[in-house]
Order: sequence, then structure tokens, then C-alpha cells
Amino acid sequence: MTRSWLVALLSGSLFGAGLALGGMVDPARVRGFLDIFGDWDPTLAFVMGGAVIVMAIAWRIQARMAQPLIGTTFALPDRTDLTPRLIGGAALFGTGWGIAGLCPGPGFAALVIEPAKAAVFVMAMLAGMLIFRLMEPQS
Amino acid sequence: MLPGFPDAAPLAGLLGGVLIGLAAALMLLGAGRIAGVSGIAARAFGISGDGMPRSGAWAFVVGLPLGALLVAWTTGGIEASFAGYLPLVAAGLLVGIGTRIGSGCTSGHGVCGVSRLSQRSIVATATFMAAGIATVAIMNALGLEVLS
Repeated sequence: MTRSWLVALLSGSLFGAGLALGGMVDPARVRGFLDIFGDWDPTLAFVMGGAVIVMAIAWRIQARMAQPLIGTTFALPDRTDLTPRLIGGAALFGTGWGIAGLCPGPGFAALVIEPAKAAVFVMAMLAGMLIFRLMEPQS
Repeated sequence: MLPGFPDAAPLAGLLGGVLIGLAAALMLLGAGRIAGVSGIAARAFGISGDGMPRSGAWAFVVGLPLGALLVAWTTGGIEASFAGYLPLVAAGLLVGIGTRIGSGCTSGHGVCGVSRLSQRSIVATATFMAAGIATVAIMNALGLEVLS
């Protein structure tokens, strides 16, 4: 617990650096990737590929660990059920992603690239999360 | 650099992806948690009650722009075109609601879940990719230009 925020800060910074380096804070690049019927930009596939390969190795290492380096237990999702909520939520998210070319990570990272516009996106996103929370207070 | 795709940046993309993977690996092996930005952000801003300690959630969220700033400084600036305010608000609302209902976004489902071969994450990722592709295609067909 004591040093876990340092791990989080380092992880967040690495994450933000990766997003910036990979061009993911540029909505034009992200929308270019989604534009498979037009002028397709495959860059995001390389970003995704690089991240997934590294994480696939991390999962193999995790399987051999009894506990994380800091803290006592792994707190990982264990659900396996495919629900309408999962698919409906992902569809709503994907629609928003397509409209502006921003998802949550790049939204925060872009606060230093285009502050006013990123802030508007982030505030709308948090408002959306709050709306969901108010609709379903028990979850 | 990539034949047929003069605007693509495959090397920078791969390198950026490896950094993102290392960030998520650090969160997993270091703190025992999924580096899912939507969930962590909801936790940081008090919208979600479960997840990592709030100090950690804040540290992660603050780190995102810090890391981007570091890259912007060392590479001499980052070019980006953003949508106007109205589409940004509409997109933000959809992203906020959708990621909470669907339990994750591009990082939690797309990177952490897909690499774990989680069935839920693979389905979620295929769904938000398809929705994003359809949205861009429809907007283009309607002649809706949002980026400036």
C-alpha cells in the first residue's frame, strides 16, 4: 500500500509516454485506423500489437507469482460471462471513440497537448461515468 | 516507411505499444492490478467504489499527461488534430457511459484482457472496434468532418 502509488505513477507515466510516442494522442491517427474503408492508417495495429505481446509475456510471469511485488494479493477480474451489457457498453464506447478519435487514456494524456479540448472530453467522459453511476447506484 | 501507407508510423507505433505493454506489466506484476484507464479514472474521481487505493488511482491518472509531456519535450512537440467542442462532448459522454457499462476500454479490455485471452475482453474489443469503424464510415458517408 505504502509504495503502491509510486508504482502507479511510474506505470501511468510509461503509459502516457507510450500513447504519445505511438501517435495515439492524435485523434486523426486513431480515426485514420478506424477508417478502413477510406484512407486507412495501420499505425494503431502496431501499437496494439506491441502492447499485447509484452503483456502476454507478463501474464505468463504472473502465473508463476504467488503475490505481486508490492501488496499481498492479485486483484484481477475473474468474470467469464458474455452479457448484453458487456457488448452494449462496448458498442457505446466504440461509437464515442469513433466520433472524436479519443479513448480514456489518450484523453488524459492529451491534456498537455491540447489542454482545452482534452479537458472538455475528459469532463464529458467523467460526466458520462457519473450518469451511469446515478442510473445504477448499487454497482 | 510502410509500403502502401505513407502516413503510417509503424516503428514509433510498435515502440509506443511496447511502452504501454511495459506500463501495464508494471501495474500487473508490481501492484497486482489491471491497468485499465477507465476503471482507474472512475476510481480516482470517486465515481467507482472498488479498485485500487485512491492515491494510486490518482498517481496513475496524473502520470498519463506527465509521460506524454516528456515525449512532447524530447521529440520537439506532438502534432494532433482534435474534434470541435460539440463532438468532443458527445464522444466523451458515450465513452464515459459505455466504458462503465462495458467494464473497460482500450487498455483494460484491448491490451490487458486480450493478452490474457479473456473471452469477455476479446468480445468487447471486437465490439468497440466494429462500432468505431462503423461510426467513422457513417460519418464519412454523411460528409461529417469533425477534426480541425
